[in-house]
Amino acid sequence: MSLTLQNISRVVNGESYIDNANITFEPGSFNVLLGRTLAGKTSLMRLIAGLDKPTHGNILMDGVDVTGMPVQKRNIAMVYQQFINYPNLTVYENIASPLKIAGVNSSTIDTRVKAVAEMLHIEQFLQRFPLELSGGQQQRTAMARALIKEGGLILFDEPLVNLDYKLREELRFELRELFKVQNTIAIYASTEPNEALALGGVTTLMHEGKIIQTGPVNDVYSLPNSIESAELFSEPPINILEGAIHNGKATMGDVTFEFNENLGSIDSGEYNFGIRPHHMTMEQKNSNDIALDLKVDVAEISGSETFLHMAGDRITAVAQLTGVHNFHTDTPVRVYLPVDKLYVFDQGGKMVQAPHYFSASHNPEKIKGFANNG
Amino acid sequence: MNKRKIIGISIYIFFIALPIYWLVMMSFKSNEEILGSLTYWPQNFSFDNYITIFSDPSWYMGYVNSMIYVIMNVIITLLTALPAAYAFSRYRFLGDKPLFFWLLTNKMAPPAVFLLPFFQLYSSVGLFDTHIAVALAHCLFSVPLAVWILEGFMSGVPTEIDETAYIDGYSFPHFFIKIFIPMIRSAIGVTAFFSFMFSWVELLMARTLTSIHAKPIGAIMTRTIGGEGVDWGLLAAAGVLTIIPGCLVVWFVRNHIAKGFALGRV
Repeated sequence: MSLTLQNISRVVNGESYIDNANITFEPGSFNVLLGRTLAGKTSLMRLIAGLDKPTHGNILMDGVDVTGMPVQKRNIAMVYQQFINYPNLTVYENIASPLKIAGVNSSTIDTRVKAVAEMLHIEQFLQRFPLELSGGQQQRTAMARALIKEGGLILFDEPLVNLDYKLREELRFELRELFKVQNTIAIYASTEPNEALALGGVTTLMHEGKIIQTGPVNDVYSLPNSIESAELFSEPPINILEGAIHNGKATMGDVTFEFNENLGSIDSGEYNFGIRPHHMTMEQKNSNDIALDLKVDVAEISGSETFLHMAGDRITAVAQLTGVHNFHTDTPVRVYLPVDKLYVFDQGGKMVQAPHYFSASHNPEKIKGFANNG
Repeated sequence: MNKRKIIGISIYIFFIALPIYWLVMMSFKSNEEILGSLTYWPQNFSFDNYITIFSDPSWYMGYVNSMIYVIMNVIITLLTALPAAYAFSRYRFLGDKPLFFWLLTNKMAPPAVFLLPFFQLYSSVGLFDTHIAVALAHCLFSVPLAVWILEGFMSGVPTEIDETAYIDGYSFPHFFIKIFIPMIRSAIGVTAFFSFMFSWVELLMARTLTSIHAKPIGAIMTRTIGGEGVDWGLLAAAGVLTIIPGCLVVWFVRNHIAKGFALGRV
């Protein structure tokens, strides 16, 4: 099944939840909706499911307009962030319920329930009630109920958020494995860039009710079409430093540097330079690395990594350093920015130049960004 | 448990149980003994009072009549309050909040206020002295309470369960009966209990709206004060029999009530 949203908007009490969304989900694709809380991920999913009606626009499934079709008639499944099961039915009855309603005969139901339960490792709990299970097992039950339908579309609304770290990793991996064989559109909402990278597939970035960029996960990560995209899809967020380009030379504060061979094609003017925190270093690696003199705000140590928050005149930056480093507040530090890892954004926030190691294989023109195209 | 606690609880139970003990004891005594010197237990134990009640239709029909309208009341209350409470908990509609509050204000008026309109209305449409008349009159009080209790429980059930059911393919009625009602069965137990008890102990309306055919036990008990004085033993026995249905209902729904008190709006 393919799914197309055409000019979908939803306005509730004058507040815009979804603003003119246009997107197509390919059959058998795994899609991640990435966005912060209140970006409209859940609203979009509810529209796709048919739980809410769009204010404008049409939803097409396999080319057929299903905009006003009741939920029951759409062949979809949904897994919520909360563990939603029928508490008065056993795990077996929970998983079997969509098939039972559809009038499938009981021997087929039995084989399919057992198969899907085995896939999700809950076959030993089939006779229990959902509330007697752990959170992870409850969510597995909900997923089993969604998978057994073998519908054309499964919606996952941040299904792993309420689970502990270990379980989340495990279920995420299994989920990805399951969808390699299923010929179903999966749409998965997430707030974590790292989760989107781990899941792969097609990533769609959402911000304030708008779809700002969509494409294969690595393309979206390497070639963000705007500062917003880059900030959304980078953890910790990408550093944005103000600067300018004049006659082929870039300046950032009082530092002047040669950019790269493509720089000539960029018009002179004010620009924003973006650099991902993990590309900043404490040692000079190349002779043309840009040196920035800043003062330490705080060094945040997370296991084997240190997030060094720094500030200077009109600049704040975060560097992600491997290893544990202790810094005292207000210590002067010199950090290096590799020139070939810099993104260039124009004053409006639109991407002008990606690091040239991407430019060889990708062309910024390829980026599909709806918000900026129109 | 220490000694002080045992003493405290004993005193508490003593005071609670004393009137009930006295009633039960009186029901096994004769009038002469009741009116005679003070005795703490029946000197001549007899079932005569109970035998009178169970053999005289003018007595036992009182219980039958009460039972009929109480059960009618419970059924009507549940059938109307379940959909109403679901609507209040799930949908936003014009005037939903004032309407919900208005339901509660019905509880604030004393039943006596409604006596005259009910009496006149029922007489003119030929409902006077029927079981359904009393059941409907009691609904005026039991339905708002039921909606209030059920709404609290239903709001505790996440809407996502409803949506999951629709996504699974359940139609609304199917979902409501198959999934939703079993989920709130404690609430239904509690609601049924409160409707039952309200209707069972209510006397004023039941007595005013009936004369012969649907006369409740409460009314019969107040009419036993005859020319030859009060038949104390008989009244006590009737009183004991009046307590029993309440005890039975409490026994059956006690687990649900405990859960209901813990979860909802009781």
